[in-house]
Amino acid sequence: MSHLLVKDVSKSFGKNEILKGLDFSIEKEEFVSIIGPSGSGKSTIFNLIGGILTPDCGGIYLDGDSINGKRGFISYMPQTPSLFPWRTILENVLLGQELQGKKEILKAKEMLEIAGLADYEKAYPHELSGGMKQRVAFIRALLSPQPVICLDEPFSALDELTRFDMQKWLLSIWESHKRTVLFITHNIEEALFLSDRVIVLTNKPSNVLTEIIVPFPRPRNEEILLDETFMEWKRKIYYSLVGKEKREK
Amino acid sequence: MVLLLLFIVWEIIVRVLDTPDWLLPAPTKIFYEGFVGWSNFYPDLLSTIEISLFGFAVGAVIGLAVAVSLHLVSFLRNALYPLLILSQNVPIIVLAPLLVIWFGFGLLPKIIVITLVCFFPITVAALDGFRQTPAELKHYMNMAGSTKTQLFWKLEWPFSLPSIFSGLKISATYSVMGAVISEWLGSKQGIGVYMTLASSSFRTDRVFVAIFAIMFLSLLFFVLIVLAEQKLIHWQPKGEDRN
Repeated sequence: MSHLLVKDVSKSFGKNEILKGLDFSIEKEEFVSIIGPSGSGKSTIFNLIGGILTPDCGGIYLDGDSINGKRGFISYMPQTPSLFPWRTILENVLLGQELQGKKEILKAKEMLEIAGLADYEKAYPHELSGGMKQRVAFIRALLSPQPVICLDEPFSALDELTRFDMQKWLLSIWESHKRTVLFITHNIEEALFLSDRVIVLTNKPSNVLTEIIVPFPRPRNEEILLDETFMEWKRKIYYSLVGKEKREK
Repeated sequence: MVLLLLFIVWEIIVRVLDTPDWLLPAPTKIFYEGFVGWSNFYPDLLSTIEISLFGFAVGAVIGLAVAVSLHLVSFLRNALYPLLILSQNVPIIVLAPLLVIWFGFGLLPKIIVITLVCFFPITVAALDGFRQTPAELKHYMNMAGSTKTQLFWKLEWPFSLPSIFSGLKISATYSVMGAVISEWLGSKQGIGVYMTLASSSFRTDRVFVAIFAIMFLSLLFFVLIVLAEQKLIHWQPKGEDRN
């Protein structure tokens, strides 16, 4: 049985159809990316899974139980770090756990140390750089007790170099912690580099265009970025995104 | 410094023009009266401090309570907000004698006057703070499955503290004025009473003693709130590294 199942979900706002018959699933400890043209309702998918919105039809299931419109079943990392400026880094990292009840301060400190942020435990967010803030936001999501982590274009606001560092860092953390991850991005390279599987969305109203199982073995390093087959996959995804758009016009 | 300069200029002008004391006394005369008449004045001062603190506390609590309930129950907000603004349009000077008629000369009408003056800035500041909570932080809280209570106490309340403190600062200075007005209505003691007596007997020096006392008290309350604010809110970036 799949861990998280999105089954035949449709959602529209007024006459604006965003999602139509969206179908996909994620296995436990799988890293899945969703990639799609901008405005294809990627964030709407997260809002549905997070329970802020309810689907018009279809259902979302976690371990077989419907979580339509129910909150608190996923941990979340937004596009902006969204750290609370009045909390120290340690307090920020613990927020996700705090909302669900239990706090593991020792584990949080350990995670911060692994992330190279041990010296910043008592600092406030405004003292950190953009990349560091995103690390803190990711650790916050990782420490939250929910089984599925949803990341919403977490690196899109970072510069190219920091972004690449962050991708490598995310990969190393994920490889040692193995959580189920759903990752939204518009960056093809990022999706291929990080994921086990890439789900490509069509333009609005969105559904799944293709699913690509990424063939590269783990642990991965940056060399695969220059690999011939990597380029080929990148091209494939690019054409499926662009080609679809062309046909519509 | 500027204040000192002002006093010196004032002193010189009064001396040169030889202004009569009942019209405008020199600062030295005012300070002299404040010093000599201290034993006469300080029971009034104490009484005013007492009721302004009490009134301010009541006003702050009511102000915050109103803000929180208006914020959490949105139809209350739409229904009562105009009423709140109207409450500030009722001239206190007119309302005060009415309050005396209704509630007598005791403590209650005075506290009502101070509360009326104090609660509004706090309510408005708190409501603004709640409303300006960044959408991205709210979105994170919602996605992470926070309850409405958690959303309020962990996000909206701490986020609004700086603006609540702005409201408290304004109210703190108003509270002294409110206290003096409430004393005009009929009271046995207080700066308001001292002031009325002084002005009806043309003791302008005493009027100025009262004015200075009110200014000083307002300033003192203001500083106390600022100190409390600095103690509570230490996370804000300093001006220079904000960019």
